[in-house]
Amino acid sequence: MTDATGPIARQAGSRSLLTPDARTKKRNAAEARFRAYGVAAIVTAVLALCFLLFTIIRDGHSAFQQTYASIPVTLQAEIVDPEGNRDPAEMAKVYSMSYGRILDDALTQWIEAEGIEIEGLEASDIKGFFSGEAQATLRSQILADPELVGTTVDMTALTSSRVDGMFKARVTEESAARDAKTSPAQIALANAMKDRGALVTRFNTGFLTKPDASDNRAEAAGIGVAILGSLYMMLIVLVLALPIGVAASIYLEEFAPKNRFTDLIEVNISNLAAVPSIVFGILGLAAFINFAGLPRSAPIVGGLVLTLMTLPTIIISTRAALKAVPPSIRDAALGVGASRMQSVFHHVLPLAMPGILTGTIIGLAQALGETAPLLLIGMVAFVSTYPAAPPEGFFDPASALPVQVYNWTQRADPAFFERASGAIIVLLVFLLCMNLLAIWLRRKFERRW
Amino acid sequence: MPVLWILLIVFAIAAAGYVLGARRVDALSGGDHRRLHSRTTYYGWNVALFALVPALLLLMLWLFAQPLLIERTVSSYIPDSAIAEGETRGIVLGQVRDVAGTLNRAVSEDVITDVEAANLQPDDAEVMDRLKAAELPILTTPEILGAAKAHRRMVETASTWLGIVVIALALLWAGFALWRTSPDFRARNVVEQVIRGVLIGCSCIAIATTVGIILSLVFETINFFQLYPWQAFFFGTEWTPSFGGGSELGMLPLLWGTLYISFIALLVAVPIGLFAAIYMSEYASRRVRSLAKPVIEILAGIPTIVYGLFALVTVGPLLRDWIAQPMGLGNSGSSVMTAGLVMGIMLIPFVSSLSDDIINAVPQSLRDGSLGLGSTHSETISKVVLPAALPGIVGAILLAASRAIGETMIVVLGAGAMAQISGNPFEAMTTITVKIVGQLTGDNDFASPETLVAFALGLTLFVITLALNVLALYIVRKYREQYE
Repeated sequence: MTDATGPIARQAGSRSLLTPDARTKKRNAAEARFRAYGVAAIVTAVLALCFLLFTIIRDGHSAFQQTYASIPVTLQAEIVDPEGNRDPAEMAKVYSMSYGRILDDALTQWIEAEGIEIEGLEASDIKGFFSGEAQATLRSQILADPELVGTTVDMTALTSSRVDGMFKARVTEESAARDAKTSPAQIALANAMKDRGALVTRFNTGFLTKPDASDNRAEAAGIGVAILGSLYMMLIVLVLALPIGVAASIYLEEFAPKNRFTDLIEVNISNLAAVPSIVFGILGLAAFINFAGLPRSAPIVGGLVLTLMTLPTIIISTRAALKAVPPSIRDAALGVGASRMQSVFHHVLPLAMPGILTGTIIGLAQALGETAPLLLIGMVAFVSTYPAAPPEGFFDPASALPVQVYNWTQRADPAFFERASGAIIVLLVFLLCMNLLAIWLRRKFERRW
Repeated sequence: MPVLWILLIVFAIAAAGYVLGARRVDALSGGDHRRLHSRTTYYGWNVALFALVPALLLLMLWLFAQPLLIERTVSSYIPDSAIAEGETRGIVLGQVRDVAGTLNRAVSEDVITDVEAANLQPDDAEVMDRLKAAELPILTTPEILGAAKAHRRMVETASTWLGIVVIALALLWAGFALWRTSPDFRARNVVEQVIRGVLIGCSCIAIATTVGIILSLVFETINFFQLYPWQAFFFGTEWTPSFGGGSELGMLPLLWGTLYISFIALLVAVPIGLFAAIYMSEYASRRVRSLAKPVIEILAGIPTIVYGLFALVTVGPLLRDWIAQPMGLGNSGSSVMTAGLVMGIMLIPFVSSLSDDIINAVPQSLRDGSLGLGSTHSETISKVVLPAALPGIVGAILLAASRAIGETMIVVLGAGAMAQISGNPFEAMTTITVKIVGQLTGDNDFASPETLVAFALGLTLFVITLALNVLALYIVRKYREQYE
């Protein structure tokens, strides 16, 4: 028995285990700090996400509301039908501009009838009250039904983006005074109309269905063509990328011998997954448009480029899904006399299908949000007509949702920024649905072996 | 004949072949399937695949080769004297294609008849007026018009022959497969061989894509360097493209902007991503982890255009009004800082999920040893786990850097378009990707250095990101093997 440790322990033991000394305190503080950094990092990331989503929704939700004027309009025959024979062919020679006069007159009459007096209200304020699109709508309405000429109808007409902005806090008294396209008097007029129920704000279905509109008609711009274009491209990606990706994965995972060639393919796939998306755009421009002579702005080119981009994602997730099927399944199939091809196509592939579909949907979601390559293949062009039904429609000019957003950010009227944010909300809703579908598929069909 | 029709006919032949093949072997076996080598479906597939595969391969090859061959023949219609000063043969051939395209549109819109288009002469005023009235005017030299007509004629003949040859091939092979069908024929083995070939073909699309990217970049880059000296491109410090000529196309300001923005992005993303990964893999309870991880990964699922708009509408003005202007650093909403910050947010999940994997791969025994020696949790992490995971984390950062360098939409909307070399992060600068978009959107003239420079920029971008990726993958792979 030795007591050598006793005195030493006593010397050092002037401190107790229960009261930490300075160094322990320091170390514990460092520990707490380190932990706090981690929490701070996660909180920062989550806050950034929340702020991002918040600003998008704050800026974009108003795109789903639109202000319409609802006043009685007299369709003066001498303007609409100068020949007086109610022949639609003759009436079609009258330009939309003339219809603007009908709307302006209707508004002036309405102001007189209601006895509204606004200081400084000028003819330009009345002229700029309606959207240019309202004239075109009125014109096509009358051409479709010439009997309306000469009668007075209750019209719901699209107002200009400035008037619309007055009810979305985008146009204020101050900004209106500086803006050449509107004036404080126009605000007063709009408020007076609102009080008398002649201005209604309601859900903007046109935003979801209408094509893009020109620079000074922000109020009429919609994402109909863009949604259709995106849908076409997703169809092409699905039809091409899924079978090709699955075939490639089956070969690499189940049949490929370990040799140089297989290595080459693998290296290529992992590199393609990391090639910047804009390089795929250059490929599309050089190969599909310049070399193969496919049309610009067409969903077929966008679909092909996005297919090439999505392939690595699909291959990687399909291989993971195939790998997750236990070897015993293959062994059992081979054991009862199936060929390797049969064991894969009859047993392994069906079992891996939920995983493959999940990966495909996630790949599609990525492709849906991709913008840069589409800019290079001419999808930025202004497209105001709907593409035809597939397959011809694949070759018609179309837009795509994210490109439409980019397009609108390049315009001067701030009303387009509201539309851009609104389009992003639609895009995010699509992505959310796709991801939820993927999660649901995984939950529903997930198998634990 | 439209390609779609040809495809449909070939598929119809294949379907018919399937039915015939299965029937034939059924009849030959006299209904006793035990005498067959394979199941009847395989005999059907045998015929169908023989009809499909060669025909489709030929179709693809033909569509690939046709433009090349036609171009070469059309080129012989144009004497050197018809090529104006300052133009190349490539430009003239482009004009030929445009004229041919206009003629096609005029015919398809019933402005002129097919015969009129085939016999069109530049002095044929009546037809020309009709074309002009339909807003499809043809203003060109007789040589180009002649070449364009030849172009149209050849495309027409080619597409007729394409249909005939492809369909004949499908019928021929289907007939051959049908003739070969007998109960002793090893249909399953043959079908499986063909399917295997198809699988290999699909795998090779990855290689084909890479080759396509490299070819499309390299050819146009060579064209560019014939028009513009490469020294001036790589080492020039001025970027002032003007389509009228006399432009300075130095890459350095763009490279500087790219690297500066990427650096700021990494400065944001690496600490946040790394600490988030450490917290989630080492500290967080299962519940917090299952909540925080998906939320952070949402950031990775948001399209870059959304980040771009966020930078343009929110972050840019915010930084300008609260930091840059009060400190007198600049008045620009779009700046290196704006783009860098937003890109950093985008990269957080990228860094965190990669680091998470890598930290989890460090063996538990290392942690247990360190904790057993009395170190605290944080000391274990910073002195044992992180050094062990360092190579992998470096790989992750390199991958993130390559992402940042190749990112387009955030910088297009957030960084501005001013090509300059400056140290002030609140000034607008521009990147390689912004300029690729800038030079290649809109109408392009593929013979001017101002358009072609985009391909040289693309090649530079491709080489940089490829090098970073290869290096990163090499490091990550090497590191993973260490503990396996």
